[in-house]
Amino acid sequence: MGRAVSARFKPGDRVLVKMEDRPGHIRTPWYVRGKRGWIERVYGEFRNPETLAYGGDGLPKRPLYLVGFEQSQVWNKYEAAKDKLFIDIYEHWLEPA
Amino acid sequence: MARGHHDIGGSERDSGPIDRAEHELEDWEILADAVNQALGVVGVKRTDELRRAREEMDSELYRSLKYYERWIASMETILIEKKILTKEEIDRRMAAFDKKWGEP
Amino acid sequence: MSDTHDKSGEHGHEHPRHELGYYARRIYAIRDLLLEKKVLTQEDIQEQIDYQEQRSPANGARIVARAWVDPDFKARLIKDPKAACAELGIDATSLNEFVVLENTDKVRHMVVCTLCSCYPRPILGRPPDWYKSLNYRSRAVSDPRGVMREFGQSVGPDVEVRVHDSTADIRYLVLPIRPSGTEGLSERQLAKLVTRDSMIGVVDALPASAARA
Repeated sequence: MGRAVSARFKPGDRVLVKMEDRPGHIRTPWYVRGKRGWIERVYGEFRNPETLAYGGDGLPKRPLYLVGFEQSQVWNKYEAAKDKLFIDIYEHWLEPA
Repeated sequence: MARGHHDIGGSERDSGPIDRAEHELEDWEILADAVNQALGVVGVKRTDELRRAREEMDSELYRSLKYYERWIASMETILIEKKILTKEEIDRRMAAFDKKWGEP
Repeated sequence: MSDTHDKSGEHGHEHPRHELGYYARRIYAIRDLLLEKKVLTQEDIQEQIDYQEQRSPANGARIVARAWVDPDFKARLIKDPKAACAELGIDATSLNEFVVLENTDKVRHMVVCTLCSCYPRPILGRPPDWYKSLNYRSRAVSDPRGVMREFGQSVGPDVEVRVHDSTADIRYLVLPIRPSGTEGLSERQLAKLVTRDSMIGVVDALPASAARA
């Protein structure tokens, strides 16, 4: 795993997934854009799939986080209050919440 | 705003029961899997590129193809894009198969 | 190679050539051209076929069974999964990053890839058809309890369900709960209880009785 010396967030930080819509290869699922969660874990730095997908080198590497969400915050009609969702999200898709 | 046809987490359209039937892989599927992996090993393609090709294909085609058919379609796209193969030479080879084996 | 069957080393279900559909024919054409142009060799392809054949849920089951009987191993498995796999002779090095999710009485994990079909192939082999299906990819995140119910698994309201959508280079394996009544079982017998689906997290491991079957 790459070292994330430049990671902007640390575990426990509240984050908002950017509500962005643009063409291209994006690994941030639609259903989680605009949702609020927290940093569960910092995975390190990885090549950026958004440029790898077009033959690029994926550099600079991007910090990757395990981001947690309350299921009840992600879906309108989710009943089990304690359930959670975890997604791997690159730093440029996150902002402080 | 546009949501990609591959980006289906929570989509209403795909909310039906899960078909749990499994099939034994056929030779052509195992071959597609292996050629895909081997192209990665020799550095010809990246998985990200193939994903992107599947995301750019026709939406109804994406939904109607079998899993490995989608892989084959995306491999072809990337191999042509990288000028490793041409569509014409693949078509010519296909025509030769049809002649030898009979039309599908 | 005969005219009607491919004998080039794949071990799946052999289809008479005339029945092959458009894309199946297409991959044979692509394969032949890649070999002729020396982009790939037959050995490159065969190596990948052999590699995948060695990967199966049995590998994951060995890992889980060892974790059940050896708490120190379990701790190492969670801290550094790749190194723990190596201890058992299971090569996880091709995984960019590998994470083991431990189920408990209070927490159950379930793994999906909503965007494509990411799966810990070096450990478990190729994913099952249902894992790649549009309906699983859609519902695993929004209705995980419904999915588990469909697979025959009930989960109490006091249990927290955690779904992992693997969208990047991380691959996840669920470490299911050791079933009750398995105290007298050997590691080998325990491994028989660890199903592929229990390591994806849609169901628990099999009950103790299944080890004697």
